[in-house]
Amino acid sequence: MKAFDYSRAEATADAVGQSARLIAGGTNLLDLMKLEVETPEALLDITRIGLNAIDAEGEGLRIGALVSNSDAAADPRIRRDWPLLSRAILAGASPQLRNKATMGGNLCQRTRCGYFMDNRSACNKREPGSGCAAIGGVNRNHAILGASSDCIATYPGDMAVALSALQAVVHTERPEGAREIPMRHFHRLPGDTPQQDNHLESGEVITAISLPAPLGGRQIYRKVRDRASYAFALVSVAAALRMEEGRIASVHLAFGGVAHTPWTNDHVDELLTGERPSPALFDKAADLLLEDAQGQGHNDFKIPLLRRALAAVLAEATGE
Amino acid sequence: MSDTYDTPDTRDMLDRTRQGVIGQPLDRPEGPLKVAGQATYAAEYARENCAEGVLVGATISTGRVTAIHKDEVLAMPGVLGVYAAPQMLRRPAQGTAGEAPLQDPSRVDYPLQPVALVVAETFEQATAAAKALRIDYDDASDKARFLPTQETAEAAKEPVTAGDLEAALRDAAHVIDANFTTPGHASAAMEPHAAVAEWDGDDLTLWGSLQMIAFNVAELADSLGIDPKHVRILSPYVGGGFGSKLGISHEAVAASLAARELGRPVRVVMSRQLVFQSIMRRSETVQRIRLGAGADGRLTAFGHEALVSNLPEESFSEPVTQASEFLYAGDNRLLGVRKSDITRLTAGSVRAPGEAVGMQALEVAMDELAIATNLDPVELRKRNLPETVPGQGTPYSSRRLVEALDAGAAAFGWDQRSPTPCARREGEWWIGMGMSSAARVNILAKAEARVTLTAQGHVVVETDHTDIGTGSYAIFGQIAAEMLGQPIDRTTVKLGDSLLPAGSGSGGSWGASSTGSAVFYACEAIRATLAQALGCSADQLILKDGQAWAEGVDARPVTDLLTEDLTRTGKIEPGELMEKVNQSTYGAFFCEVAVNAFTGETRLRRMTGAFGFGRVLNAKTARSQCIGGMVWGIGSALTEELSFDARDGHLVNHDLAEYHVPVHADIPPMEVILLEERDADASPLQSKGVGELGICGAAGAIANAIYNACGVRLRDFPMTPDKLLADLPDPFAPAA
Ligand SMILES: Cc1cc2nc3c(=O)[nH]c(=O)nc-3n(C[C@H](O)[C@H](O)[C@H](O)COP(=O)(O)OP(=O)(O)OC[C@H]3O[C@@H](n4cnc5c(N)ncnc54)[C@H](O)[C@@H]3O)c2cc1C
Ligand code: SF4
Repeated sequence: MKAFDYSRAEATADAVGQSARLIAGGTNLLDLMKLEVETPEALLDITRIGLNAIDAEGEGLRIGALVSNSDAAADPRIRRDWPLLSRAILAGASPQLRNKATMGGNLCQRTRCGYFMDNRSACNKREPGSGCAAIGGVNRNHAILGASSDCIATYPGDMAVALSALQAVVHTERPEGAREIPMRHFHRLPGDTPQQDNHLESGEVITAISLPAPLGGRQIYRKVRDRASYAFALVSVAAALRMEEGRIASVHLAFGGVAHTPWTNDHVDELLTGERPSPALFDKAADLLLEDAQGQGHNDFKIPLLRRALAAVLAEATGE
Repeated sequence: MSDTYDTPDTRDMLDRTRQGVIGQPLDRPEGPLKVAGQATYAAEYARENCAEGVLVGATISTGRVTAIHKDEVLAMPGVLGVYAAPQMLRRPAQGTAGEAPLQDPSRVDYPLQPVALVVAETFEQATAAAKALRIDYDDASDKARFLPTQETAEAAKEPVTAGDLEAALRDAAHVIDANFTTPGHASAAMEPHAAVAEWDGDDLTLWGSLQMIAFNVAELADSLGIDPKHVRILSPYVGGGFGSKLGISHEAVAASLAARELGRPVRVVMSRQLVFQSIMRRSETVQRIRLGAGADGRLTAFGHEALVSNLPEESFSEPVTQASEFLYAGDNRLLGVRKSDITRLTAGSVRAPGEAVGMQALEVAMDELAIATNLDPVELRKRNLPETVPGQGTPYSSRRLVEALDAGAAAFGWDQRSPTPCARREGEWWIGMGMSSAARVNILAKAEARVTLTAQGHVVVETDHTDIGTGSYAIFGQIAAEMLGQPIDRTTVKLGDSLLPAGSGSGGSWGASSTGSAVFYACEAIRATLAQALGCSADQLILKDGQAWAEGVDARPVTDLLTEDLTRTGKIEPGELMEKVNQSTYGAFFCEVAVNAFTGETRLRRMTGAFGFGRVLNAKTARSQCIGGMVWGIGSALTEELSFDARDGHLVNHDLAEYHVPVHADIPPMEVILLEERDADASPLQSKGVGELGICGAAGAIANAIYNACGVRLRDFPMTPDKLLADLPDPFAPAA
C-alpha cells in the first residue's frame, strides 16, 4: 500500500469539492489500495459526517449515504415495502462486510475483473490506454451487454440492481449544489473511457438514496452464483411485478452481472405489461433483452443463463 | 531388533490395555489456545530488532533476470537490503525431498516466481520498496508453452499393463469410454507461508509454517549450503498445509539469507496472492476411462489414462490412477499417467494427490456402467471387488468396502432413490441421489518419538512431528496415556521442534499411524522396564490410572516403581508389509443434491460417508478429517478451479474471494460413519491413515446425483451452472 494522508470530515460540507478520496466502510477501497490498484494521495474519512438515518419522505424513504448495508437490509419499513432492496443487500458479500459497507460506497464498488485487480495486466480501466487483457483472457465474469472494445467489465454489485428496479434516486452534493441522479443513470457504459465507472464528478459526494412510493406487487431478487453464498452474481434479476386479473399490470426489471451498469431495458418492461404470463411471453421478453447480447468466450453461457433466470423470476412473480 | 515393520502385530495391544482413552472422541488439547489466539503461528514470533522482508514476483512468464535496480530502492526510507542470491529458491521443495529444490531465482520459470527479497525496518516500507523495485528481464515468454497437450507429453512412467485391454473391450457386453477433465486446485490453507529467521553465530533458528520438520531442516540446510546440525526449525502450530507446506518454500530460504547478511532477525510473510501464485498447485487432469464388463456387470477391461502437467525438471506428476490399480476387478488393464511440461507454477502434492481427482472420474464412469448394465450402483461395485490386486496378485489387508457401502446406504436411505433421472421435482429444483466408493492408498513412514514417564508419573511425548490442525497433539497423548495407564490430563505432547526426535511429518495421511507407532514402541520399552520392576512379564503388566499390577501381583502406584524419569525412544520404518500386502483405506459416499431447473445451480442437501481405515485413534479428530475431506470433495465437485490465462500462464484467481472453496452455506448436514477395523499389516497400532480418504471419490457421488436429478451427465469439473445449461430439460416441463 502506498503511503497516504488521512483526514476526517466532520460534516458533508467538508467533503464536497475535495480532491481527497472519500473512504466510507473501506471494504472495497482498502482492498484495492493494498493491491495498489488504487493509489490515492489522500483519504478523507466520511464515516462521522452523519447521513446515517433512514427517514420517511412522503410515501417514500430517504436512506442516508452512510447507513450500513446491514442496517438498511434490516429496516422494518424497507423489509415491508421495498423487500427487493433488503433481499438484494442480503444476497451480497458476508455479514461482516455488510456491517462495514455503506450505501454510498456500495454504489461505487469497482469491478471484479481479475485483470483490473492485477497491476501486471493491461487494463484500460486502471490505466487508460494500456489495453484490455480480459478480451481474449479469462472473462467468465464479464459483460454480455453494452461492452466496448476498450472494456468488457461488469458492475458487480447487487444492491444497485434492486435500486434500479425500484426506481430509486441518488442524491449528491457538488460545489455547485445538490443534484439528483436516477439510479438507472448513475452508472455508465465503458465506451472509450472505462476508467469512469459512473457519472459522479470529482469532489461530488453521495448524500442519500431515495425510494419512491412502494411499487407493491411481488418483489424478487434472484442471484445466480457459483456457490451458495459469498460469491458475486454470474447474473442476477431484480423484479417488482404486480398482477391484476391474470395479467401483468406493472413490472420493473433490472439485471446484474451482465454489464458495466445495472442493466435495465424499458422496452422489456413494456413488452410484458398488460400481457398474460406464459413461457412463450417470457421467451419473447428474453429475446428482446438479449437482442444485442454478445459473449466473450468464457462468459457465453450468461446469455442462456440470463434468459433462464428471467423466466424463473417471471414464473415465480406471476405465479405461472 | 530391526525397526522395519515386516510382520503384522496381531497382539491387539491397544484392545488389551485398560486405560480406555484410545479411540475416545477427546478434544484437541491445543484447541483452547487456538480459539483464544494464544497459539503462536510462524509470523507471530516477536524477535527483538526483527526486520521485515517482502518477496518480489517476476513480471514475465519465463526468461532471465538481467538487472535488478537495487540502488533505487536502497535509497527509500527504511530499506535495509535487496537480495537475489543464487541460493534463493526458484521453486518450492516437493514433499519428502530432503534436499534443496531448484535454486537461483535469476532464471524465471513461471509467472510471479519470486525473484528478489526486499528487507526494510517495517513491513510497509518493505512493501513499498518491493513494489518500486525495477527489474530488467530477458523475456523468453514467446517460446513458452502454457497449455498441456497430449502431443507434447512424455510417455507414461511405470504404466500398469495386464492382458489385452483393446481385445477385452471388443469382446465386452458393455463398454464405457469417457473423457474427464479436472482443473487445477490450490491448497488454500488459511495461514499464509511465513518464516522468521534468526542466527546466533553459525546457528540458524527458523520459525516456520511447515509440515515435515526433519525433511525441512535438510532442505533448508542444503539450500543454504550449511550443515543440518546448524539448523533448528520450530513449527509447533500450522494453520493448515494440505501439502503446500510439505517442503520448504521461497520465504524460508530468503529470510535465512537476509538474516545472515543483516545480522538481525528477518521475517518474511507471503501475501495471499503470492502463495496462490508461487507455491504448489494440483495439476489439472485430462482422463480417459475405459471400462468393459460382461452382461453381469463384472469388469473384464479397465483402462485409466491421464494427462497432467508440471514445470520442466519436476519429476512429480499427479498420480491420478493410484487407486485404479487396486480398487476394482478387470484382468485386462492399462493404467498410465503422462506429464506435459508447461509454464505454470509448480505442480505438487495437494491433499490426496492422485485419488482426489482420479477417483472422482472413475466413480462417474462406474455410475455410467451401472446404468449400462442396469445394476444398482452399489451392487455393481460389490460385484467388482477383486480377490487380489489385479495383475499383481498382492493380497489385501483389511478392506471394509462392502460394509461401508451397506452401512452408508442404510444410514442414508439409498433405497429411496429412483434409478431414473428427472423423477423428483420440488418447485424449481430437480432432486437426485448419487453414490460412490472411496479409496486411498495407505503409507507407513519412518518415524521416531521419545516418551518419558517422569518419576512423578507424568507422561511426556516428544517428537518433531507437526500438528497441522489434524489432531496430532491429541492422538499421541492418547496412545501414550493408553499404553502407560495414565489419565490423559497427566500427559503432555511436545511437537514441531527439530531438536526433538524426527517424526514422520504430516503428509500423505501417514502421520498418526507412523509417528503414533514410534510413540507406541517407546511406551512398550517403558512398559518392559516397569514390568521388570514389578516382577512380572511385560505381557502380564496391567497399567491403569497410575497403578500397576499383574495376575497374582498386587497393585502398586507406578511412581513406586520409578526412582527417576524413565525415557525411551521408539522407532519405526516401513518394511516388507508395505510391498507384500495392499493396505488401502476404503469407504463410500451417498448424497442428495438439488439442481435448479432454470439456472443449473447445484446445491448439496445432505451427505453420508462411511469409512474403514483401521483402528480409530480418536473418534472426534477422525470424524473431523472425514468431514473436512468431504468438504474438499464438494469444492472439487462444484466450485474449485484455478483459472490460468492461456496467453501467459499466470493465475488469474489468486485469492479466497475468487478461488471458490465451499462456504458454510454450501455444506449441508454431513453424516460420518466410522467402521471399526484392525489392520495389523498397516502398523502396530493396527491403524491406517484417514486425513485424505474423505475426498477420494466424493465429487463423483455428487456428479452421479446431478445425473440422477436432472439427467445431465457431467464429466468436466467443477460442475458450475454454465456446464449444465445446455442439456437441462425444459424447466417448464412437468417431472417424468
Ligand atoms: C470478499 C467480498 C465479497 C463481496 N461480495 C459482494 C457481493 O456479493 N455483492 C455485492 O454487491 N457486493 C459485494 N462486495 C462489495 C461490497 O458490497 C462493497 O465493498 C461495499 O458495499 C463498499 O462499501 P464501503 O462503504 O465499504 O465503500 P468504500 O470501500 O469505503 O468505498 C468504495 C468507493 O466508494 C466511494 N465512496 C464511498 N462513499 C461515498 C460517498 N458517500 N460519496 C461518493 N463516493 C463514495 C469511495 O471513495 C470509494 O471509491 C464484496 C466485497 C468483498 C470484499
Ligand atoms: S475488462 Fe475493463 S476492467 Fe477488465 S481488463 Fe479490460 S479494461 Fe480492465
